[in-house]
Amino acid sequence: MKLSEAWLRTWTNPKIDTATLIHQLTMAGLEVDSVEPAAADFNGVVVAEITEVAPHPDADKLRVCKVDTGKESVQIVCGAPNARVGLKAACAMVGATLPGDFKIKKAKLRGVESSGMLCGADEIGFESKIDGLWELPETAPVGQDIRDWLQLDDQVIDVDLTPNRADCLSVLGVAREVALLNETALTPPENTKVEQASDVSFAISLNAPEACPRYMARVIQAVDLSAKTPLEIQERLRRAGMRVIDPVVDVTNYVMLELGQPMHAFDLDLLEGRIDVRMAKQAEKIILLDGKEVELQSDVLVIADDKKALAMAGIMGGVGSGVSTETTNILLESAFFAPAAITGRARRHGLHTESSHRFERGVDSALQRRAIDRATELLLQIVGGKAGPVIEAVSEENLPSLNAVSLRKSRLELLIGRSYESKEIQRILSGLGCELLSSTEEEWQVRPPSWRFDLQYEVDLIEEIARVAGYDNIPAIAIPANISLGRSPENKLKATQIVDQMVCRGFREVITYSFISPELADQISESSHQVAVQNPLASDMSVMRPSMLPGLLETAARNLARQEPRLRIFESGLNFASPNADKSDIKQTLGLAALICGTENPENWTDKAVDVGFYQLKTELDALARQTSKKLEYVVQNDADYLHPGQSASVLLDGVEIGKIGAVHPQLLQSMDIGVATYVFEVDLQPLLGAQVPGFQAPTKYPGVRRDIAVILDRDIAASRLIDEIKLASSDLLTNIRLFDIYTGQGIDSNQKSVAVGLTFRHSSRTLHEDDVNAAVKEIVAVLEQRLDAQQR
Amino acid sequence: MNQLKQITEDLLETVANAPDLKALETLRVEALGKKGALTQLLKSLGGLPPEERPAAGAKINEAKSEVQQAIELKKVSMESAAMEARLSAEKIDVTLPSGGNSRGSLHPVTRTLRRIEDLFSQAGFSIETGPEIEDDFHNFEALNIPADHPARAMHDTFYIDTGNTSISHVLRTHTSPVQIRTMETQKPPIRCICPGRVYRCDSDVTHTPMFHQVEGLVVDKGVSMAHLRACVSDFLNGFFEGDYPVRFRPSYFPFTEPSAEIDMQCTHCSGAGCRICKQTGWLEVGGCGMVHPNVFKSAGVDPEEYSGFAFGMGVERLAMLRYGVTDLRLFFENDLQFLRQY
Repeated sequence: MKLSEAWLRTWTNPKIDTATLIHQLTMAGLEVDSVEPAAADFNGVVVAEITEVAPHPDADKLRVCKVDTGKESVQIVCGAPNARVGLKAACAMVGATLPGDFKIKKAKLRGVESSGMLCGADEIGFESKIDGLWELPETAPVGQDIRDWLQLDDQVIDVDLTPNRADCLSVLGVAREVALLNETALTPPENTKVEQASDVSFAISLNAPEACPRYMARVIQAVDLSAKTPLEIQERLRRAGMRVIDPVVDVTNYVMLELGQPMHAFDLDLLEGRIDVRMAKQAEKIILLDGKEVELQSDVLVIADDKKALAMAGIMGGVGSGVSTETTNILLESAFFAPAAITGRARRHGLHTESSHRFERGVDSALQRRAIDRATELLLQIVGGKAGPVIEAVSEENLPSLNAVSLRKSRLELLIGRSYESKEIQRILSGLGCELLSSTEEEWQVRPPSWRFDLQYEVDLIEEIARVAGYDNIPAIAIPANISLGRSPENKLKATQIVDQMVCRGFREVITYSFISPELADQISESSHQVAVQNPLASDMSVMRPSMLPGLLETAARNLARQEPRLRIFESGLNFASPNADKSDIKQTLGLAALICGTENPENWTDKAVDVGFYQLKTELDALARQTSKKLEYVVQNDADYLHPGQSASVLLDGVEIGKIGAVHPQLLQSMDIGVATYVFEVDLQPLLGAQVPGFQAPTKYPGVRRDIAVILDRDIAASRLIDEIKLASSDLLTNIRLFDIYTGQGIDSNQKSVAVGLTFRHSSRTLHEDDVNAAVKEIVAVLEQRLDAQQR
Repeated sequence: MNQLKQITEDLLETVANAPDLKALETLRVEALGKKGALTQLLKSLGGLPPEERPAAGAKINEAKSEVQQAIELKKVSMESAAMEARLSAEKIDVTLPSGGNSRGSLHPVTRTLRRIEDLFSQAGFSIETGPEIEDDFHNFEALNIPADHPARAMHDTFYIDTGNTSISHVLRTHTSPVQIRTMETQKPPIRCICPGRVYRCDSDVTHTPMFHQVEGLVVDKGVSMAHLRACVSDFLNGFFEGDYPVRFRPSYFPFTEPSAEIDMQCTHCSGAGCRICKQTGWLEVGGCGMVHPNVFKSAGVDPEEYSGFAFGMGVERLAMLRYGVTDLRLFFENDLQFLRQY
């Protein structure tokens, strides 16, 4: 909220400078966002009156004016079309400096001497509504410096208020706070009592008392809308960032800024029947003041007459019932709308108004009378007219109730961690406007003021005491060390250990968005299993990722396009899936995904540049699993279409599938503009976090014996099968199997392959005999011949 | 015996001229072995008168040992020359760049989180995590943010499409739900931090729809805002390895009361005012406060028996300040030029 410092100081005026005031507000929780000068930088401009106007001898568009500047009469050549005798205007004297460091000097314009410059509003930093001089009101004091007259040496303070401080959405509210912090007096502007000049009333039906517990109105007849809003009010509105519209709207806005009560004025003659405060009918339509037609839902409160909705209550008025230049009789509204009845309704229609902002956060429920009187007073001064009586429709039981709240000194001191004087506590409570119901040195019971409806619990009062006494005065005390040692579970790995291993093995971690495009999600999982975002920022961020692979592929595509041909990247995070239609059960699984492409090693002089393949990535995954002391199994897979069918596998741990590994399907790569073979794996991380506490086996001193065998077998027999068969066929003596060569080609039938395996035998308590080993190998070969139709080479 | 001198001289000369170790060995065998000239000479001592024999024998042995010594010396010198030659031949350019795979890197956000986790672990905080798709209760209700609360509007919440109005899932807007879940499952005293991804429906130069938060929670008997001040200040100065003043500024969060914004003196200008701190000298680094009694009640903790504090900070913000990163969006573009720096 923006407000003028000068205006604020008319309410309460502590002897502190602007910088101190700003700091004080910020440190009291009313964060000052910015402080801007109320006017542009200029000087030497005074209120002047044009006393004579004569044509310029040498220029049609220029005129020669005699101007009374209070001290003297000067001659000024002026080109403004509205320069006329009797006009009061801003005059920059010789020696003045205008915005942009523009210095006014004595000059000759087409041969005629000119001592100064008559100014348009825009020439001294104001908004100009007309082409020509700024027409000052007749009451403007000739000779007075414009800056003094309009109090332009003022600052506009922009306060960023937290949602609980609705009470500070007005000059009154901020002034209360300043008065409390500085212990200065609060001096409201002098009010003249409103004289009731007519008995004209208007019927009001309160048909939604929960949403609108209080509706107050007043008829003012015979107003003159040609009157001008006083410059002082215009200036205060401008400094608050509001536009000047017409005297009635300006006054309602002014009272809103001054007291915090949003108001509305209807053209009385356009109302039919009575004011009906009711909920909108479903799909009821209204054209708002901004010209937009909106269709309302039945949870929106409207102000209606007997025929139609006139306004979205507390949000925006409608066309056809508002005040215009034709208006002569008005109905002034000052109501209390319940925050719950307003919250979210404006937003739903893309609206956010000064009024909705205040009602959503909560307006003082006892303020309506004061506001309508203040507005009436100002209106009578400006547009004249006859004021009728205040008409009030109220539902007392629906007005917010203010419960008594207790504050214990002990609790305050425990929660804040310092002690407070009872006197100080009581001063702050009273300064807040709380009514003291009972008090001892140790405990107070208070009723918060109607504008501090946010004070509901003891902790709310505790915050107020701490805040007003200053957060800076809270000490910093170390937490008592009450530490007991936990356990160090050795059979569990931390996810960080897995991540660290990836990093050590040359992978770079990436973090991609958890939402991806439906097209990419569909590549990975069935759409019925996907979890969608209802209100995505963009359609390509609308599905919660079923897999991290799309994110990795997009990252790869982007980096490949930026001349990064070799990639080793990974991500760990949650994947999302839900098989049931109402998404009542959403699986959020911690996973790890990796991608490699390009050469196996960075280009260097020692290695030949070899492109990565399936086996390099498999090596990485196996290495990860080694921390768990378990072995992964790989079986041919056919359910992941995004992988190359001939170069992919399901990854199993303890017989349970934990993920997939393989070459990305060339078609998918093509569609993502990835021109190189790319390999990925993605596994659930949880199963990889199980580990074993190591046992112990005494090292044996007896040597092992290695025998290599080569067998020819059918090409389609998986290596894993061969190894399994060897294991099954061997005794305890076989301690290691190394598959060290695969050969196809010359000398081998094209349907077959030759596989060479190194077998190591060892006995724990004696040296093996030649016979033992021969027998074991013979047995293995026999089994392979029998079970796999293999032949030893 | 006149031969002795000649034989010795000849042998010494041959030793000196031996071309390699092998020749030297042959020579050694020939000269000093059973058939060697000197051995033969020894054998011929029998032809001398007995009284001359000892002196002559001694002379021959002397010569023998002279030759032997010469051979040893020659051997050592030849071996050392051979080693010299080998080493010289095996010389490589050690400045050639190494090959093989290089180390990867942690994402700067993870790197930052690791440091945060490390600091809090030192003070006995556990690290708690939770789901990113949350139910309305844990993300809002339990945190004292009922349905019509204005604070909901501040949260720019992403909702999950459930096709069913009775089930309301959201992408968690903060990691505070993990605090609730921790209090639901653990009894005080509790000291934990909750790091993780959070989501807000907002995207511009300074906002990404996904970012990371770390929140902390301490619940025990007698926990006060003074403890909170020390905790937050120690953390920030530990993290930034400095001695920066930290101030609390009153603020509002539905789940804490009293609440405060955490301001730290600008790490860039040390409070003088600069572009980073928008000329204020202070950096807003997070929010904190004393756990609201309603939050305690939702999580089954008695607010009369226990008190607690909570705080939350943006991880990207901390990382940007720490490393001088100028654009938030870089964290999620994953450009290798960026990632390589961490």
